Amino acid sequence: MKYQSQKVALAYFACALVLFAAQVTFGLVLGYIYVAPNFLAELLPFNIARMVHTNALIVWLLLGFFGAAYYLIPEESERELHSPKLAYLQLILLMVGASAAVLTYLFNAFEGNFLLGKEGREFLEQPLWVKLGIVVAALIFLYNFTMTVLKGRKTVITNVLLMGLGGIALFFLFSLYNPSNLTVDKMYWWYVVHIWVEGVWELVMASVLAFMMLKLTGVDREVVEKWLYVIVALALFTGLLGTGHHYYWIGTPGYWQWIGSIFSALEILPFFAMVLFTFVMVWKGRREHPNKAALLWALGCSVLAFFGAGVWGFMHTLAPMNYYTHGTQVTAAHGHLAFFGAYVSLNLAIISYAMPNLLGRAPYNQVLNMVSFWLMASGMAFMTFTLTFAGVVQTHLQRVNGEGFMEVQDQLGLFYWMRFGSGVVVVIGALLFIFAMFAPRREIIDAGSAVPAE
Amino acid sequence: MTAQSHIYAVGKSTNADKLTEAVVRGKRLWEKHACVNCHTILGEGAYFAPELGNVFFRFGGREDPAGAKEAIKAWIASQPTGIEGRRQMPNFHLTDAELADLAEFFEWVAKIDTQGWPPKDSG
Repeated sequence: MKYQSQKVALAYFACALVLFAAQVTFGLVLGYIYVAPNFLAELLPFNIARMVHTNALIVWLLLGFFGAAYYLIPEESERELHSPKLAYLQLILLMVGASAAVLTYLFNAFEGNFLLGKEGREFLEQPLWVKLGIVVAALIFLYNFTMTVLKGRKTVITNVLLMGLGGIALFFLFSLYNPSNLTVDKMYWWYVVHIWVEGVWELVMASVLAFMMLKLTGVDREVVEKWLYVIVALALFTGLLGTGHHYYWIGTPGYWQWIGSIFSALEILPFFAMVLFTFVMVWKGRREHPNKAALLWALGCSVLAFFGAGVWGFMHTLAPMNYYTHGTQVTAAHGHLAFFGAYVSLNLAIISYAMPNLLGRAPYNQVLNMVSFWLMASGMAFMTFTLTFAGVVQTHLQRVNGEGFMEVQDQLGLFYWMRFGSGVVVVIGALLFIFAMFAPRREIIDAGSAVPAE
Repeated sequence: MTAQSHIYAVGKSTNADKLTEAVVRGKRLWEKHACVNCHTILGEGAYFAPELGNVFFRFGGREDPAGAKEAIKAWIASQPTGIEGRRQMPNFHLTDAELADLAEFFEWVAKIDTQGWPPKDSG
């Protein structure tokens, strides 16, 4: 750690990991409700638990992005942050908002109140006042980021990161618009949801990965920057018009089936480019960085994102295929591996890289961290397979044969049991990761160790 | 293209002239109780409970619109079933007027031109 103000990232990462634990715990509860539907049916209905699961995910990923930004901005621009105090204020705002939102959901507080009650559109359930708080927090961040970068060195990595995080703030504004026509509502709802995860978040992912490649492999900045330009161009070219693959069946014009199919089929390209990028950098790089766990997570991130977002996304993105699979467990399978591969792994990678520096220790608990990677990655992969099979069976029975939803669901029990089992493995992996981050043991793996680190 | 789609949605595909106050109130109720976090509507939402975009047709709305709406209202009011091993929908303690608004909303949604989706009435 070269700059004192990088310390801000520590608080962000700690808060992010707390919400990560909450997210996977609620995920496990939901997985259990699938196999034992009467569980907590009165106290914690499925819809409430799911809001906590998805909202905690989104907020902790954002906290991770902000933490990553506060960590790398000083190193990139070669100066202290403009204002660490503002950064802490922003974190407090976000945590107060997130906790309040969770309490509002759990106790159904202020139901129906336009300002204080939950809003009830998927993923955008936060009460209006929390949404406004998020906007304020984003503005504080952008101000802090811009002031730091303006006075310091400007790099491609910080420019792309600013573009990504600025885009996050900009497109979030559409969450404040809720028209009464459901079709119009859905059109703009996707401006937040799609353009976040299949657009501007990819910019954040690319720039953070680029920063890590720079540090971990020692490849020249010029090379990293060229890759970054290519990835960003591909992501924006495919991702923006790729929004069309959400406009097939919601009451929008038929031409979206062509635009959406063509451009979203190409969305696999930026993810493939990121796989090439990370592996080529590691092969070319001459530096043997001691933090093997961070490298494992970074490579795992690009590979799992390629499969989860790229391959599993392509699988059901073409309109004639999507006509049958839309809104089945196939979508759930894709959603889980895409989020885990692209964004959860990205955050855990940068946390694995930054934590030892922030805490002033040598790379520690590398074995536990790497074990947690394999637990989480294999658990998520297995979960994706079980949900994919469930989705294929569901698609055939319900969409081709026309059997009723619940009759079909009753035939999928075995898949849901296996999904629950894989969920247990993921939760154990997640808790192990958190333990490995904060447990004070020292443990350095040297290059000749038997632990695989690919 | 977004602008054109916006105009298309309002002008052509969604019967915007039938977007009555009752339908709008129904949509607000849909959001107030976070229905989308179990059900899907036009394929979007959680995948825990049945698709409701075409529930009006599934309950026979093509032949008997009034009967379908009554059936939807009765279904919602009778939850939860409490049957062991079956997914439970909470009772949201809706008034008769609120149930009627929701039914109007489902009728309006079912009549959106969705390019023929879903393939079957099973949703």
